[in-house]
Amino acid sequence: MQKIRTYLGIEIKYPKTAFFELSSCEGCQLQILNKEATLLNFLDLVEIVNFREVMSNRSNDYEIAFVEGSVTRADEVTQLLEIRQQAKTLVALGSCACFGGVNQLKNRFQNLEWVKKEVYGNHPIETQEVRPLSDFVTVDFSIYGCPVKKEEVEEIVTNLVLGKSIEHPRYPVCMECTANGNICLFNLGEPCLGPVTRAGCDAWCPNNRMGCWGCRGPADDANLRQLQKIMDDHNIPRQAMFDRLECFGGFTSAMKEMDR
Amino acid sequence: MRNAINCDIKIKHLTRVEGHGNIRILIKDGQVKKASWDVVETPRFFEAILVGKQWENAPVLCGRICGICSIGHTLASIRATEKAFGMVPSMQTERLRLLLKHMETLQSHILHLYFLIAPDFLGADSAIELIKTHTEEIQRAARLKLLANDGGDLVGGRRLHPIRTVVGGFTMLPDRRKLATLRQRLYAALPDLNKTADLFGSFTIPDFFRETEFVSLQANGSYPFIGGQLMSSDGVVKEEEDYLAMTNEYMVDHSTSKWSKLSRKSMAVGALARVNNNFTALHPSAREIAGQLGLQPISYNPFMNNFAQLVECVHVVQDSILLIDELLGSDWQESRQQVIPIAGHGTGAVEVPRGILYHWYQFDGDGRITKADCVIPTSQNNGNIHHDIKAMVQELADQGKTDHEIRLLAEMLVRAYDPCISCSVH
Repeated sequence: MQKIRTYLGIEIKYPKTAFFELSSCEGCQLQILNKEATLLNFLDLVEIVNFREVMSNRSNDYEIAFVEGSVTRADEVTQLLEIRQQAKTLVALGSCACFGGVNQLKNRFQNLEWVKKEVYGNHPIETQEVRPLSDFVTVDFSIYGCPVKKEEVEEIVTNLVLGKSIEHPRYPVCMECTANGNICLFNLGEPCLGPVTRAGCDAWCPNNRMGCWGCRGPADDANLRQLQKIMDDHNIPRQAMFDRLECFGGFTSAMKEMDR
Repeated sequence: MRNAINCDIKIKHLTRVEGHGNIRILIKDGQVKKASWDVVETPRFFEAILVGKQWENAPVLCGRICGICSIGHTLASIRATEKAFGMVPSMQTERLRLLLKHMETLQSHILHLYFLIAPDFLGADSAIELIKTHTEEIQRAARLKLLANDGGDLVGGRRLHPIRTVVGGFTMLPDRRKLATLRQRLYAALPDLNKTADLFGSFTIPDFFRETEFVSLQANGSYPFIGGQLMSSDGVVKEEEDYLAMTNEYMVDHSTSKWSKLSRKSMAVGALARVNNNFTALHPSAREIAGQLGLQPISYNPFMNNFAQLVECVHVVQDSILLIDELLGSDWQESRQQVIPIAGHGTGAVEVPRGILYHWYQFDGDGRITKADCVIPTSQNNGNIHHDIKAMVQELADQGKTDHEIRLLAEMLVRAYDPCISCSVH
């Protein structure tokens, strides 16, 4: 591909881009193929050189690497380190890559042997504690969400290509939800993490009358004690709040200061 | 006499499939020494993760087993939970769930046919390459996929990891005007599916047959997708709750996914199994497309699974039109019933794009999960894929095929099953 594109008079390159997945459902990569109306334009933003789920040729010459999934086995650590060495920019794609995602729920038992036995009986199987990418390598950008929102991916990739900075909203989902004119789910007796979760999804779940599960992790200055008070005031069981807070791994450290 | 061939093929992380699987083929002097399908995906331990969680977590967590069939996992999870609690969904909820299921089937099959399979038959590396050479076809694929995904958004709130689907029904009902528009778009998609049949009908399907046992839900008046009796083409019939007698999971050394078998050394699930087992329950226009593609039950050619998916696309579009007519023909009822957990267990069997899926949960009196089991279509297919590779590679070796041909056909064989590998390991 040797087209020349310019933005504000400056030539823009087609960065060689690769997609990889560690332990995950590969749903975030599938989201890349969704939003069909703009898919072809999106694919024209970059030169994809490695995307195992959709193409056969594979090249290890790339500048941008998107990595989906969390680290759960030794070979994934090796692969991640190799990717980091090659990529100029490493992007953590989705909640598993950013926080461990639902996979990290197995860590809560603090007993890997029991976990293995529960699923595989006595058959030997290799696994380790689930960790996000940032526990092993420097992550340049994070795209939050389970799944990621395609509009946000498009915006971030466009900004990457143009060399613009990428900033996430600092405010919580609650603000987007209120702006959308939704009925507050607390008033319907539904648990919701909207007050503490980082915005950017346009209140995807509350728009569909499901309380937020916190897949995007904490907003800046998230106040978990105040959340607990709101939940208590609405007679929502504490367990429902903790189930949500621990679901995707984004609140793991914030939760340590809470009383169970 | 031809020279006996030698070949050594190692495919690490097969492309254009979901998840991580390897193919290993070793032929010496025309004899297949090794032909193997190895699943190397990392396990995520969902069955352990569920233990101790309240019932309402199950569909949210289990939908995340798979990025392609998250709707199917969510619905199987909900069904298992509702059955454990002795709940019966309303007719309206059943219709909406089936419509949502159809949208997933259409989305997944179109993705597989155009993006994962078509490049092999058109001599391309990927659908991205086809954008330039087969613009019309790729635009058609995008149109069909968009339609299915929009339908998923409308009914489930989100195409991937649906939001509105909960134990007891739906958090919200779709806008009736948008349902009417979806109906029109489904109707308008039928010519696109006919053109898809023309395209795929022009491909030469490899001539390979191996007898096996096909397992699926059993038709009870209609082509089955959600719940009911289980059947096999060898004559086994079981109740949904007896799913373990159909799956018989076991471990092999070269796979992190479990394997299954029933009456033979391997079994197959998926579109071909469903079409083979329930052909007469298909919509007449789906049967017509099957005839056009030369797919007649019972077909033992695994490559026919691609055509069976296309036949199902026609069926689900036609059936979705009927479902929307029924939904719009009556007023909305309450979207969601109250959930009262009781101690017990329940099984949810759902036909997802790649075959029959089972979720089974046991609950204590507080509605907390004490034990869970999920049996995934691809894990049921792994044994069949493995034995198909062995049989096909021996035939190809006898015909004196080249390394390149053997490699490509082995890859195409695995792709025909549309394996969902991370799902199978979960």
